[in-house]
Amino acid sequence: MINALVVLLSFQLGGEIAARLLALPIPGPVLGAAALVAVLLVRGTIPPALKSTAGVILTNLSLLFVPAAVGVIEYRAVFADYGLALVATLLVSTLVAMAAAALTFRAASRR
Amino acid sequence: MIPEPVQSLWVYLAERPLTWLTVTIAAYAAADMVAKALNRAPLANPVVIAAAIIIATLAVTGTPWPVYFEGAQFVHFLLGPATVALAVPLVENWATVRRSAVPIMAALVVGSVVAVVSAIGMGFALGLPPDVLVSLAPKSVTTPIAMGIAIQLGGIASLTAVLVISTGVIGAVAVTPLMNALRIKDMAARGFAVGVVAHGIGTARAFQVDPLAGAFAGIGMALNGAVTALIVPAILIAAARFMGG
Repeated sequence: MINALVVLLSFQLGGEIAARLLALPIPGPVLGAAALVAVLLVRGTIPPALKSTAGVILTNLSLLFVPAAVGVIEYRAVFADYGLALVATLLVSTLVAMAAAALTFRAASRR
Repeated sequence: MIPEPVQSLWVYLAERPLTWLTVTIAAYAAADMVAKALNRAPLANPVVIAAAIIIATLAVTGTPWPVYFEGAQFVHFLLGPATVALAVPLVENWATVRRSAVPIMAALVVGSVVAVVSAIGMGFALGLPPDVLVSLAPKSVTTPIAMGIAIQLGGIASLTAVLVISTGVIGAVAVTPLMNALRIKDMAARGFAVGVVAHGIGTARAFQVDPLAGAFAGIGMALNGAVTALIVPAILIAAARFMGG
């Protein structure tokens, strides 16, 4: 597990460095993930320890968003000003966009 | 009346990161148990339940956000390594991913554009001011990218942060009933849609439902981060012209 953590943190660190040096608008961890995909594809196999550690983290991914979700209460005031219009917009836009993306995916896979 | 030793013990504990780290993980464990007991019903979202428990605890104990975050930051920090870990399911499902290159690209462009245009359009129709519309536009992508876009274009970064989290929660709760109503059974399509539109919180939901859906959600989230950063400025310029601004 320790080795897997070293791998994950190193790729994140590498991604952060690349994002800074190249002034990319993409977050470091996303670049790190892309680099790890490339390395694993070249390697041909996924180390079992990395597979199990990634599995543990990703099945509990919801936990990691809890602090940010709690943080929403800090911004009650901004929501209060336009509350109803914002909630309605978010609901409609999110549902319509998900439906559009999924229907497009299905239509394009049938070719 | 609370006895004095208990009070001073609480004063000590309330300031420790350990207390709030423990509360965060315990609240999540409880929320996850509730979600499991309800067969992962969409409305029983563990992020929402855990946040509600913690918000109530902070309110009852009168704990300010910075003190809470001293402890919670250790959990929050793991979002970085977790994002890197998305590489693993992507590589595991590489054959399916490669075969789906065309639907991935098509759904990415459509989902990304519809998410931005529908938000600006509906928000404009409901009379939201321009700076709020700008803050709303990048709501479907992960917080650091969304805030970056909002700041660049004259939005309100803190409002964007709230809208991003809310969008993630709405997407995570709505995806299962919506996809069932549309009769979309392909886990790749379902996962990809929620990843594109509802970023990490949607992706977290996808991983709890199905590993293939999770892998595709991760791809959708990562790709849309880049696409949204590119299209939001162009869409806002076009929208400003249309709205006569």
